[in-house]
Amino acid sequence: MIDHTLKTALDVARIKMDFPIFKREVHPGVPLVYLDSTATTQKPIQVIQAMDEYYRSYNANVHRGVHTLAEEATAAYEAARQRVADFINARSSREVIFTRNTTESLNLVALTWGRTNLQEDDLVVLSEMEHHSNLVPWQMLSAEKGIRLEFIPVTKDGLLDLDFYRKLLEQMPRLVSFTHMSNVLGTINPAKEIVRLAHQAGAVTVIDGAQSVPHFPVNVQDLDADFLAFSAHKICGPTGIGVLYGKVDILNAMPPFLGGGEMIKRVLLRSFTPNELPHKFEAGTPAIAEAIGLHAALDYVNQVGMERIAAHEQEVISYALERLEEVPELHVLGPEAKYKGGVAAFTFDGVHPHDIAQVLDQSGVAVRAGHHCAMPLHEKYKIPATTRASFYLYNTTDDVDRLIEGIYNVKKFFG
Amino acid sequence: MDDLYRELIIDRYKNPHFRGSLEPHDISFEDDNPLCGDHIRIDLRIDGNDCVSEVAFDGHGCAISQATADLLAESVLGKSLVEVKLIGKQDILDMLGIELGPVRLKCALLSLKVLKAGVYGLGEASDELVEN
Repeated sequence: MIDHTLKTALDVARIKMDFPIFKREVHPGVPLVYLDSTATTQKPIQVIQAMDEYYRSYNANVHRGVHTLAEEATAAYEAARQRVADFINARSSREVIFTRNTTESLNLVALTWGRTNLQEDDLVVLSEMEHHSNLVPWQMLSAEKGIRLEFIPVTKDGLLDLDFYRKLLEQMPRLVSFTHMSNVLGTINPAKEIVRLAHQAGAVTVIDGAQSVPHFPVNVQDLDADFLAFSAHKICGPTGIGVLYGKVDILNAMPPFLGGGEMIKRVLLRSFTPNELPHKFEAGTPAIAEAIGLHAALDYVNQVGMERIAAHEQEVISYALERLEEVPELHVLGPEAKYKGGVAAFTFDGVHPHDIAQVLDQSGVAVRAGHHCAMPLHEKYKIPATTRASFYLYNTTDDVDRLIEGIYNVKKFFG
Repeated sequence: MDDLYRELIIDRYKNPHFRGSLEPHDISFEDDNPLCGDHIRIDLRIDGNDCVSEVAFDGHGCAISQATADLLAESVLGKSLVEVKLIGKQDILDMLGIELGPVRLKCALLSLKVLKAGVYGLGEASDELVEN
């Protein structure tokens, strides 16, 4: 008899072999249990080799060069852009702007689209579960232009209050910018519905996809989002490169972001004509090796299968929540497993998260402690910090068991 | 080198058949290739049957960009505007008979981009015009 689940289950042991970092010991004799993928993911050898290959054999600046190396580098850089477009199902690679990271992508929207289109008293709707990167740029713009900010509240179950959202939409916001998946609660928000309602109210939409794009299939045409931002390093790719997807008509109507080489068509001493999309938003030498690394990373996760990655994480987080709830005096934030991705942030009565993380590290378990760049959310729950364990395609339920053992150790230590 | 600079390309670069300008004209458009500073302007005269009766180009830039403009001018002579709109990237590559990397492709496609933007009556030329 064939077990149906086996056909879809990930062969994590094999996947782990692709990630050189799992060969190391964190302390003598202590292997790594990496539960911090929400902060950044580990890199498979395919990504490392692709970047290495670029530097070893065709390192050159892109676009203006005519020599062979420049042609090869340009082809690889633009192939990466096409790969991203295919991965998120953009209509064209012109809709894919390379930035430094999600943060820069969101700032780009605020500083170009926002600055041009928003006036005093215009309303921008965000949510209470936003990462600082989707709060501060709008706060800065608010200080500059006098725009108003309102927030979709988070319910006590860790979900967005969509009834309240509908009421906010009656105030005709110009923009709705929200996270697809919370980096603390793990909540996966109903992005398609949020976008649909926003468009009905005439608002432009921005999705912070930093935690969604790496963990489950994201299709920009299906979501109908006007903008989507994400980072390469959270999807097995390198640091230093991120993506801003934008609908071509909106991007075309926006002024450029940074000024310099590559983003221009023609320059006079006192004026310039901006270049076409996507180059208009990419001033200066881009992150070429990183784009090539991102291409390899997307090939990698695509080969494993985004649906399968999502299903695997669902299995691991369900088990993790079960095990964590067994631990007395431990409280996990956020909704039940079916509403969330692979993130478990928790508090443990009487022990500060930094102490928990420190003790866990002794047994090789890497978790994050702090406010995870979401201070307002922690403020709402009246907690200064949490400990966060997060999971990806290379984690197993065994890793969860190591975490739980570690937490009992913490209890022994401080209890 | 011989592949890239076929005799035809060198010849048309040195001795273009259609270099000049048309005054008056029915359609005129110009644009730059920001990557290397190539510049092309194309002027067209259109007859009563909506066909290209006269064509001229002017500009400066590399041999690929200028020779392509000359070959393209020749190929549109007598064509209807509908036919001109159907000219694509592959037609240019066939005309040149050479393989081009992404950087030089921009040089080769500048004249088609200019031609199409003019024929479509657009305010601005875009890469989208020459994608297929």
